[in-house]
Amino acid sequence: MTTKLFGEPIPRREDPRLVSGAGRYLDDLGPDALAVAFVRSPHAHARIIDIDVTDALDVDGLVAIYTYEDLAGRVAEPLPVLIPHPALHAPRTAHPLANGVVRHVGEAVAMVVATDRYVAEDVCDRIRVGYRPLPAVVGIDAACAATHRVHEDVPDNTAARLVQEVGDAPAAIAAAPYRLELELEIERSASMPMEGRGVYARWDAADRSLRVYSSTQTSTSLRFALATKLELPVDRVEVVTPDVGGGFGVKIVHPWPEEVLVPWAAIRLGRELRWTEDRREHFVASAHERGQRHRVRVGFDADGRLRGLDVTFWHDNGAYTPYGIIVPVITATQLLGPYRPGAYRVEFASLYTNTVQVTPYRGAGRPQGVYAMERTMDAIAQQLGIDRATVRERNFIQPEQMPYDHGMIFQDGRPLIYDSGDYPAAMAMLKELVGWDDFAAYRERARAAGRRVGIGLACYVEGTGVGPYEGAHVRVETTGQVVVATGLTSQGQGHETVFAQVAADALGVPIDDVTVVTGDTRRFKYAVGTFASRAAVMSGSAVALAAGKVRDKAVRIAAEALEADPGDLEIVDGAVQVKGDPAARIALGTVAALANPLRYSFDAQTALATQFAKAARVDRPPVADDDEPGLEATDYYSPIRSTFAYGMHAAIVETDPETADIRVLRYCVVHDCGNLINPRIVAGQVHGGVAQGIGGALYERLAYDRDGQLLNASFMDFLMPYASEVPAIEIAHLQTPSPLNPLGVKGAGEAGVIPGSAVLASAIEDAEGFRISRMPISPSELWELRQRHATGASPADRDPADRDPVDREGS
Amino acid sequence: MTEVRHDVRLRVNGVERSAAAPARRLLSDFLRHDLRLTGTHVGCEHGVCGACTVLVDGRPMRSCLLFAVSVDGAEITTVEGCRSGDGGLGPVQQAFLECHGLQCGFCTPGFITTITAYLAEHPDPTEEEAREAIGGNLCRCTGYVNIVASVLRAAELIRSGGRPA
Amino acid sequence: MKPASFVYHRPTDLGDALAALAEVGHDGKVLAGGQSLVPVLTMRLAAPGHLVDINRLAELRHVTVTGDAVRVGALARHTDLERDEPAYAVLPLLRRATAHVAHRTIRNRGTTVGSLVHADPAAELPAVLAVLAGEVELVRAGGGRRLVPAGEFFLGPLESAVRPGELAVSATFPVPPAGTGSAWLELSRRRGDYALVGVGVLVTLDAEQRVTRVRAGYVSVGPTPIVLDLTDAVAGQRYDEAAWAAAGALAATLVHPEEDIHATAAYRRHLVAVLTSRAAQRAGADAAGTGAGTEGAE
Ligand SMILES: Cc1cc2nc3c(=O)[nH]c(=O)nc-3n(C[C@H](O)[C@H](O)[C@H](O)COP(=O)(O)OP(=O)(O)OC[C@H]3O[C@@H](n4cnc5c(N)ncnc54)[C@H](O)[C@@H]3O)c2cc1C
Ligand code: FES
Ligand code: FES
Repeated sequence: MTTKLFGEPIPRREDPRLVSGAGRYLDDLGPDALAVAFVRSPHAHARIIDIDVTDALDVDGLVAIYTYEDLAGRVAEPLPVLIPHPALHAPRTAHPLANGVVRHVGEAVAMVVATDRYVAEDVCDRIRVGYRPLPAVVGIDAACAATHRVHEDVPDNTAARLVQEVGDAPAAIAAAPYRLELELEIERSASMPMEGRGVYARWDAADRSLRVYSSTQTSTSLRFALATKLELPVDRVEVVTPDVGGGFGVKIVHPWPEEVLVPWAAIRLGRELRWTEDRREHFVASAHERGQRHRVRVGFDADGRLRGLDVTFWHDNGAYTPYGIIVPVITATQLLGPYRPGAYRVEFASLYTNTVQVTPYRGAGRPQGVYAMERTMDAIAQQLGIDRATVRERNFIQPEQMPYDHGMIFQDGRPLIYDSGDYPAAMAMLKELVGWDDFAAYRERARAAGRRVGIGLACYVEGTGVGPYEGAHVRVETTGQVVVATGLTSQGQGHETVFAQVAADALGVPIDDVTVVTGDTRRFKYAVGTFASRAAVMSGSAVALAAGKVRDKAVRIAAEALEADPGDLEIVDGAVQVKGDPAARIALGTVAALANPLRYSFDAQTALATQFAKAARVDRPPVADDDEPGLEATDYYSPIRSTFAYGMHAAIVETDPETADIRVLRYCVVHDCGNLINPRIVAGQVHGGVAQGIGGALYERLAYDRDGQLLNASFMDFLMPYASEVPAIEIAHLQTPSPLNPLGVKGAGEAGVIPGSAVLASAIEDAEGFRISRMPISPSELWELRQRHATGASPADRDPADRDPVDREGS
Repeated sequence: MTEVRHDVRLRVNGVERSAAAPARRLLSDFLRHDLRLTGTHVGCEHGVCGACTVLVDGRPMRSCLLFAVSVDGAEITTVEGCRSGDGGLGPVQQAFLECHGLQCGFCTPGFITTITAYLAEHPDPTEEEAREAIGGNLCRCTGYVNIVASVLRAAELIRSGGRPA
Repeated sequence: MKPASFVYHRPTDLGDALAALAEVGHDGKVLAGGQSLVPVLTMRLAAPGHLVDINRLAELRHVTVTGDAVRVGALARHTDLERDEPAYAVLPLLRRATAHVAHRTIRNRGTTVGSLVHADPAAELPAVLAVLAGEVELVRAGGGRRLVPAGEFFLGPLESAVRPGELAVSATFPVPPAGTGSAWLELSRRRGDYALVGVGVLVTLDAEQRVTRVRAGYVSVGPTPIVLDLTDAVAGQRYDEAAWAAAGALAATLVHPEEDIHATAAYRRHLVAVLTSRAAQRAGADAAGTGAGTEGAE
């Protein structure tokens, strides 16, 4: 191999297109398509009395109006429960259009098709829907109280209840020399990609085939779902993912109501249809995440070593559970981080409320779990008067204990076994990077100058690269060009570049000869999707495997042509050559031609493969029994279980002693995601994640009032950080290869965001000297806490609703 | 009742363009759907994200907060027009590519137009000024670190004659 | 999120504009920079039948400095005012406050006068007009003309004294007496956001550098811009020794802010005290000719 591309920070191959305005995002497609808009519920919970379209009918440009009554067959059924789970005893999903009852503001009630979106919205304005409001259930308290129900047939508003246990945690805690109980809360945020969702559908009536473009994180699965819903043979449905303007989780859910309705109506009308979600719709009609309340009971010894951990938490899943209970399941397992918990018990309830449904947002339950665990570590350190880093170090799983089996079941239904990692080394690196040991002196100097600063840290372990599988197809054209196709989609992570790096290395061709196609079911039909930091691990490995097969075949064919032993051949710069004798070489394009024994020729290259061109061996068929024509191969990668990346973050904050304004002065990251295919792209993923972590900790929340109205459904009031709110981010990488896959890689996509709330709560607590147990935190809330603290009412001392007799403050 | 259409003429990226559109057509939609210049993106339609930023007579503005008819006759520069004279990538585009200043690329057009206008007035910004210059544009992917670097790199490219050094 | 349809008028001189406004009356709205109006239309929170676009009235795009005032025409953009050197020379508060209005891209289109008419209690320029006791000039077809002082101009949240058929053609910001310094300070969640609390303070000193007058104008603490006279708290004290915190404390007792999703009422009141005291100190130093950095964000 001449130049190794694996590990090189090469520029991205998608960028020339994207920086010049030549990207093709969903709303850029189908300029002549009809436009779709929806009438959405203004009520959090209501019965639909009637829908009157009379006034709308004379709007010039109206094409069609649909309500639930118009739906039939499987389209009229509730949307699927994508990930059933034995503990999810009461799954509920929405109908594509509300069937008599609406359960959150924003739920679709009627669909309008018109000549353009302006007109479609005019029509929506004129459709009169009569509602009889029902009491709204908003927030965890109301859901638990169950005075009112979100779903008539779920009396306790509980979708799922799950307990996992390793050892006897309550007993271990009772027997521990020290005990603590904490109540820790985190509020909702949302993926909030800059591009909303969108669907564009074309029906070819003559061919009876459907092509759907969707801004989705899973085109392959959407294809199967649509074939099922629309009752079409799978091979009559194609789904294409164009350039995607960010997803961060929200676009993994499928099929969305709109993804079913737009193609359905396109078929009925025989017209091209496009729906582009606007920002207001995205706030009230897609998905949120994060809202959880945790009660942590912990027992530990005088050194701060955990004896037992007992966590109960309440997860607000919104009105529906299309994505099952993946988020709380991840919290329950990933809360453990890099620690040995002693005995562990976790129990959660997943609760219905009359708010937007909850599905994974980058991090997917981990930010909450890490927050609960790391706040607990800080509390232990504080209780014992031990340095916060030291307490963590004492509880770390040691490198020689890898692989480490927690004895639990992970979100993929497989055992929770960490594959590799060196947590003590990472902690040492972080302390060095942020200057942990010198900070106390700095804090004192700052205080003397009237400034208030604090430092915080947090650790996490992240199961990445979850199965079941991904695949790839690699084909060498007779021109020597290599085409790689994966079913997996991209949402901006640079897959075109990273997969090309892997393929070019595995094949021995220049990267400029490689083209990558992602997320187009015409090119690759089987895939799971882009989520859970799995693309590099899963598809990267599949590309390496498929490219390896192609390489082997090329060598075999070339050996015959060169009359050499396959073992003496290598591929260099796009040609197969005899090791040590570069003159004896044959271009891959030629090998590709030879790989397809032809009757007909189209050019000089293919002429080489025609039946009279070469001295044919007549003792066997032109294509062997176990062979196929063409220099191409498909392969799949399916791991035994997830691989576990990890990281540790530290932040230094300054809080204004008077205004309580909070500024992040420094943000440091130590990160280990195994081997790095492209370090520049990994760093970019971390940067973006950190910004979302800071957003979630200090700025973003979804503020519902008691009636279930979302009060901040706009970018004016849902405060995603601008450049002015994100500091420079300092990163150090460790690389502990994963033993589980051929590339030794682990996922990196979610890492940056996970410890955000934990680390900033820790730093603010350090600056202020009182416990922070509710995130996100605004200057106003910090100031209110100061007032309460000054009057002696520490927020951590709030009574949990149903506490049982455990010592609150140690023994 | 059919809606009245107005003839809107703009000089877009140096080319005279015109189309008939209702008065309520936002400039962002006019560029994207009437002129089919889809490089300008729409992220919020209420003026906050900056994805739709274009230059109107040289000044960056939110195209989602302008009616096309209201800027009839104006000179408009979109991301498609931020190329260099010879049709290659312009210096700001080149800098984004070199510095990994984008991931999904959805916010990128708004940054590129904003930065192009900014550097025309401030050829040699400090890092802090670079951060301030992009302060009105949202990006959900990059954490801005590499966008700040892109501003500085673009300034360098422009100072050295617009060519990658 | 697309606006409802409307009838579009694009007058090219003031007379035609006034005629158009007279014709459409209650059913019409002026379109200036559109930076507040367009989002309202796009979200269909309003759907006027007519828009009268004043962007062709070149005669209204001016910033004029007379001896004792800065007059800003209805088509002057925020950026025009912010960058106007003669205006800054006589009334630096204008630039200091305008720099906090949204981000550059918005300021390039939005107008100062539009901001006054829009009368958002969270907006900077209404508070500046109020603290300077300026006035707005309103005209209508047929020669009707009113000069409305700031104190009577802001009637409530998003409600100004402009009546249907009227056009605000200019606003006048009086230059405060000699010896006056100014400062603008605000705290917002993100840079460029509307402020949680913002304050513009004017401090006037006598020849001995003693405080003779303190006036403060606030955003986001009431339904309209709030103006307070805080002179009593520090009168007669030298600017570099004055108990500015007392001015802040006094201010906090005089305001009645409300709670929203970004801040509690008590916190806002507290910010009034802190920001007033800091801004007054800076304004005092500015008056004494030693002030610097008053353009900074807080
Ligand atoms: C994202 C964003 C952030 C913002 N942040 C801030 C901020 O921090 N601080 C701030 O102060 N502002 C902020 N603004 C608002 C901005 O300053 C507006 O430009 C300003 O409020 C209105 O000016 P305009 O010229 O755009 O008026 P328009 O939007 O055109 O009009 C506003 C209203 O005033 C009326 N009107 C306008 N001009 C006249 C006139 N001459 N005579 C009669 N009626 C008239 C209109 O009919 C309309 O009702 C922000 C806007 C956006 C989009
Ligand atoms: S789309 Fe115009 S600012 Fe967001
Ligand atoms: S690159 Fe995706 S939003 Fe900026």
